[in-house]
Amino acid sequence: MTNAPFRSGIGNFVADGLRELAKGPPGYWVWVIFLLGVIAFGGMHYLDQLERGLAVTHMSNQVSWGFYIANFTFLVGVAAAAVMLVIPAYIFHRKDIKDVVLMGDTMAIAAVTMAILFVVVDLGRPDRIWHMLPFVGRFNFPQSLLAWDVIVLNGYLLLNFGISAYILYNHYRGVEASERRYFPIVLLAILWAFAIHTVTAFLYAAASGRAYWHTALLAPRFIASAFASGPAIMAIGLQIIRHVTAYPIPQSVINHLALVTTFALQITLFFLGAELFTEFYDETEHSLPARYLFFGLGERAALVPWIWTAVGLLAAATVILMIHPLRHNPVTMNLALVMTIVGIWIEKGMGFVIPGFIPTPLGEVFEYAPSFTEVAVSLGILAIGLLIFTLLAKMAVPIQCRFLEAGRDGRACAPAGGPSRQATAAEPEAEGAKA
Amino acid sequence: MSSKPPADDSALQARRRFLKGLAAGTAVAATPAWGGASLGDVFADFFQKHYQRMTAEEVAAALERIERKAKRRYDVAIECKNTPPQPGVVYGYAINISKCRGYRDCVHACVEENNLSRDTQYIRVVEMEEGFEGLHHANHYYDHELVPAPGKYYLPMQCMQCDNPPCVKACPIEATWQEPDGIVVVDYDWCFGCRYCMTACPYQARHFNWGNPVLKPDEINPDTHYLGNRPRPKGVVEKCHFCIQRTREGRQPACQEACPTGARIFGNLLDPHSEIRYVLEHKAVFRLKEDLGTEPKFWYFRDN
Repeated sequence: MTNAPFRSGIGNFVADGLRELAKGPPGYWVWVIFLLGVIAFGGMHYLDQLERGLAVTHMSNQVSWGFYIANFTFLVGVAAAAVMLVIPAYIFHRKDIKDVVLMGDTMAIAAVTMAILFVVVDLGRPDRIWHMLPFVGRFNFPQSLLAWDVIVLNGYLLLNFGISAYILYNHYRGVEASERRYFPIVLLAILWAFAIHTVTAFLYAAASGRAYWHTALLAPRFIASAFASGPAIMAIGLQIIRHVTAYPIPQSVINHLALVTTFALQITLFFLGAELFTEFYDETEHSLPARYLFFGLGERAALVPWIWTAVGLLAAATVILMIHPLRHNPVTMNLALVMTIVGIWIEKGMGFVIPGFIPTPLGEVFEYAPSFTEVAVSLGILAIGLLIFTLLAKMAVPIQCRFLEAGRDGRACAPAGGPSRQATAAEPEAEGAKA
Repeated sequence: MSSKPPADDSALQARRRFLKGLAAGTAVAATPAWGGASLGDVFADFFQKHYQRMTAEEVAAALERIERKAKRRYDVAIECKNTPPQPGVVYGYAINISKCRGYRDCVHACVEENNLSRDTQYIRVVEMEEGFEGLHHANHYYDHELVPAPGKYYLPMQCMQCDNPPCVKACPIEATWQEPDGIVVVDYDWCFGCRYCMTACPYQARHFNWGNPVLKPDEINPDTHYLGNRPRPKGVVEKCHFCIQRTREGRQPACQEACPTGARIFGNLLDPHSEIRYVLEHKAVFRLKEDLGTEPKFWYFRDN
């Protein structure tokens, strides 16, 4: 691999990429087959849902959105957070980050694909999805915020895919991609990342009849929590890539992501506090959803343990990450990152979507918990996302390695072989960055 | 329910009869596939245009398909009409809270008239404590031997047919809109079931077909309207449509007819001599959640 000559031609690029997918260590195959198994499991439950309708979920006329839309909301944030690598790479010219920014884009592609799939499985009539198409369908733009969301999510997917493919193809040919050519697109993608999460927040904030969502703080809150959970996921993902491939991922990039997570967590907790003050200082009828979430309404309190778990995890993660020795210790840092991911997933997933429906606009208190089908289909979508990321990374990593090796002094990819050897090759790097 | 001929032009009716003949011919020629539907029907259903974009012929063909589908699914001969809005008519509703005694006769008449799935109700009557107003005090599931219960009053709610409907704004594919007579309707053949309208509605007036509607053949009201009470497919949203199949023919909605106390007053807001106009001009009327600016065409009042 290390001495393979650079090639060119889109056909070769694609063919070499596909060839790359067909070879790998046993661990790669176990992982891919495992993911395919989970996808088949989820797919079977989705077929059952198609057959019997959304009655197989636990959603109701009272709580008409559930686990699917909760996951959608979380993943849009993860997708948007790729800018936390893109901005330092292209605006502040951090070389170390620029070398791995493609992995951030790849993660955004996987996350936004999952987000779109979560909306598709939530549709009662997916066979009519063509009703959105231009000319043959009808699109309620710019009136409907959901129409906006369809545009920004698909646009974001295309932008990320286009930029990554362009840069990667140039690296495949052994040349640096012309930054002058793609920089305007990168700028657009940065703005677009903020747009996808802002539009998703507006989707909820537009519902004037649901006081819990109808707040101007929602979009800032969404962005803040996205920049906590997204970089946390990227930091973990990059460490895994460093372990199982030869890709040289400097520890400085991981540290950067952990620092971004720290700041974003602090802002998230501040926003949460501001929200809670407004809800509870002088409690009105509009505070009932928040009361349901944090304390329960009478007997009905299904989300109470979840939200306190989330608050605890986020507060603890913030403290750990704010203490420098703990943030630089891989064990405590990764612990805090996982706590952040789980905490935000609860807080802006179920913890945000479900209380919007409880109580209903007519004051009915009707609870919701996902059905087995909803969990199974969601796991299937998660596996699709992981598979997309795995396969894209599998294609991109050798190209990146070869390019970095040819062009840079000091850092080089370890020779292809077992994962353990590569992991050790990356280790001194980590030590060096820490010192 | 007698099936009166719809008030629209008879030329369309003739065309429909002609197309019916054609369809009968194709039905014989085509092999039944896809659960008994002819392949032609399956394709035509799939590619059916938005209601507002169909030509008169296409609407007529769609109505024929709806009738055939009901025959196939329930073995019931229904008539599906497309009665247009009457000029100079905008419907409104007013409820006399003093007269409502919580019998829920309106709820059940609505279910029967509108071919509702037996697990769905467009009208919700809640029981309120005298002296309280906030809906979070409401009892949605009151079930006494005798109503009215002492110290309680009753509040029936259904789609308010807002003049500024947030649900219409929310729909990403324009599957729901306000008709010229003020009724907010759903094209059940266009809706793709995202349920964003349900989150937008502040009156909990929209209902989703989570599965296939629970409806027995002998319960079916054969007098139906495309935008109204025709049998619905699964996976789409539906709502109260002021009994469009009746009201556009000058009749009263089923809930109004069923009410034994005369608490319900329905009529044309544009007719200065209508009863509803009298109520609006002479009673202290109010609307639910007026602060949201949805402009409901659904009022409440009390006797003095």
